[in-house]
Amino acid sequence: MQNGQEPRKHTISVLVENKFGVLSRVAGLFSARGYNIESLSVGETLDAAVSRMTIVVRGDEFVIEQVMKQLHKLIDVIKVTDLTDDSHVERELVLIRVNAEPQHRAEILRVADIFRAKVVDVTGMSFVLEATGDEGKLEALIELIRPMGIQELVRTGKVAIARGPKTKARKTEPVKRPRVPEDPRVVGFAD
Amino acid sequence: MKMPGARMVLEALKREGVDVVFGLPGGAVLPIYDVLYDFEGLRHILVRQEAAAGHAAEGYARTTGKVGVCLVTSGPAATNLVTALQDAYMDSIPIVAFTGQVPTHLIGNDAFQEADNVGITRPCTKHNFLVKDGKDLGPIIREAFHLAATGRPGPVHVDLPKDVLVKEAEFLWPERIVLRSYNPTYDGHPGQIKRAARALVRSKRPVLYVGGGVISADANGELAELAELLQIPVTTTLMGLGAFPADHALSLGMLGMHGTYFANMAVHHSDVLVAIGARFDDRVTGKVDAFAPGAEIIHIDIDPSSISKNIKVHVPIVGDCRRVLRALVRAVREELGGAAPVPDARRAWHGQVDDWKRRFPLRYEWSDEVIKPQYVIEELSRLTGGDAWMVTGVGQHQMWTAQHYRFRSPRRWCTSGGLGTMGYGLPTAMGVQAADPSRLVVNVDGDGSFAMNSQELATCFTENLPVKTVIINNSGHGMVRQWQRIIYKERYCAIDLPGIPDWVKLAEAYGCVGLRVTRPSEVASAIEKMLSTPAPVVLDVCVDKDECVFPMVPAGGANTDMILAPPTREVRDKAARSQTGF
Repeated sequence: MQNGQEPRKHTISVLVENKFGVLSRVAGLFSARGYNIESLSVGETLDAAVSRMTIVVRGDEFVIEQVMKQLHKLIDVIKVTDLTDDSHVERELVLIRVNAEPQHRAEILRVADIFRAKVVDVTGMSFVLEATGDEGKLEALIELIRPMGIQELVRTGKVAIARGPKTKARKTEPVKRPRVPEDPRVVGFAD
Repeated sequence: MKMPGARMVLEALKREGVDVVFGLPGGAVLPIYDVLYDFEGLRHILVRQEAAAGHAAEGYARTTGKVGVCLVTSGPAATNLVTALQDAYMDSIPIVAFTGQVPTHLIGNDAFQEADNVGITRPCTKHNFLVKDGKDLGPIIREAFHLAATGRPGPVHVDLPKDVLVKEAEFLWPERIVLRSYNPTYDGHPGQIKRAARALVRSKRPVLYVGGGVISADANGELAELAELLQIPVTTTLMGLGAFPADHALSLGMLGMHGTYFANMAVHHSDVLVAIGARFDDRVTGKVDAFAPGAEIIHIDIDPSSISKNIKVHVPIVGDCRRVLRALVRAVREELGGAAPVPDARRAWHGQVDDWKRRFPLRYEWSDEVIKPQYVIEELSRLTGGDAWMVTGVGQHQMWTAQHYRFRSPRRWCTSGGLGTMGYGLPTAMGVQAADPSRLVVNVDGDGSFAMNSQELATCFTENLPVKTVIINNSGHGMVRQWQRIIYKERYCAIDLPGIPDWVKLAEAYGCVGLRVTRPSEVASAIEKMLSTPAPVVLDVCVDKDECVFPMVPAGGANTDMILAPPTREVRDKAARSQTGF
């Protein structure tokens, strides 16, 4: 439509009923209406009957308004929130399999250390690094590692959560009764 | 109570108040038909192709306001039904469609007559369900009817695996339906309603632009009250015909691509435009930048996603048309206080609108030699008093019916608006007739459109559905021909349907009555004969094949660029240049 603003990335958080077909309903909506998903991640919430989808989509104000309305129109969607302009934390996890030539091994570990990345697999030829962070941090890490030769890269897509306390519609987990030696399930305290 | 799934389905339909089911049996749904064998209180109408079951359910739903129901088997039956589902989805018609499915343990195995039914219908239904467990059947069917009928109505599909139909399970029937993720807004925001009332009272050149939402909300009474209170001209969309009486002094007829000159001009020059249960479809707006450029736009709709989708809206009001209009009338009365409801400025507007009406009415050239299709519709309108239940196919005849039939009441008009499904006419008319055998149901169809579902004449005959079909026969795909004539420089391609089949013989082959008329002087008597025949009739009217639908807005053009008569070469070239892909 006319006079929309410039397109930009939006992070949209969607609470959905954890039902058969809900992912394809959401994904289908994007393809049917011609919107582009940049990333999508799904997981259960505290309530096993409810899942949270975090969708990153690019569009101008008008497109995003339609995306939100269309998402909300889906029967299985409970709540839609655009986190973009609210204070929120975004995180993504990346796994990088990088060449580990002898002359680069120390450099890779140093970079990994600076980015608080972990080495989760080592062979004579390669490392697998695991890192979390926002998009900017992960991009920076990847750029530094790239010259050593990245063999493979796996990213989760973004997850996001609003900052600050959020009281409405918040579910707290029931307090767990601490295990005591009398509890028949308790064998030892080593775990 | 424990019972097999198949019995639960019929039991659930009964509890939902369903009296007619349109269907066609097959392997996966045979357990249901086995229960139906001696099930009381449910009429089953056997159609000849599955899409017809869907359209018939649509016709039933549109004219009764109740949910229409169809039942077909798995695989090819379900895929045949898809067109009807999408049709109902685009026109917001409440139907519940049941399809059979292979047994759950075979799903995904490429079993015989298997298709991913819910996968296929997902984008063309309001919601759909695959029932995996018999105990869910009752609650799901209850939910399906609730979803179809409430909020913005639409089709809901329920897929029934055969083993679920066979196995016994506890029949659960929830008294109330609570869906935390589905709560349509019915009452409009009072602040917005007040803003709208203020704008209307202040306005000098208001227009009400009314769509099918007013009909599905049964809000025609409230609409008339608002229009008459402030003396606001009313134009309706194709879907909204009947929401406001065509012979009312304030009626502007239909707007848009084939709308009246005066409706399009009034909308274009309006200062306040109230869209009620309409969605600014491209066939209505033409070029969006040039649509009602000076108007403050108020939009009343139950679906928030319709608002500001195509056109920026200044006063959005989400809610049920009936409730919002009622509140709006109240707010207008308050806003008026003691002031005169029709200020002088608005009298000038009426003068302008009447002038447009006088100078550019709908018109066509009369001929003594060849039948003009518009004349046929005028005669139909006259001879039925505007009170028949009218159904159409898709094409020129549909537009002529919309333009020339004088609709007086809501829920007597069924046409495929959003999807433009050719072949919609006859099966839909069957559904309208099945809802009430005493109705006079007339299906105006084209020779191209009618051919797409003419097999349903068999259903009309065997199920005793005396639908009257008028074929506006111009021996071709007339609307395509019109476009090729005006836009594509008369390069006619793939449009001729040269006089076959013989529709009279075809009708007779199906046990129906066939009539033909070729001369203008015989039209009235032929229609009278058709109307007085207590059986399904096909009246083949051979009309002028060169007749075009006017006015016409070339797609991509502004509504003020209407072509009012057969174009000169100059106009044709201009239209060809402005063509932006119809």
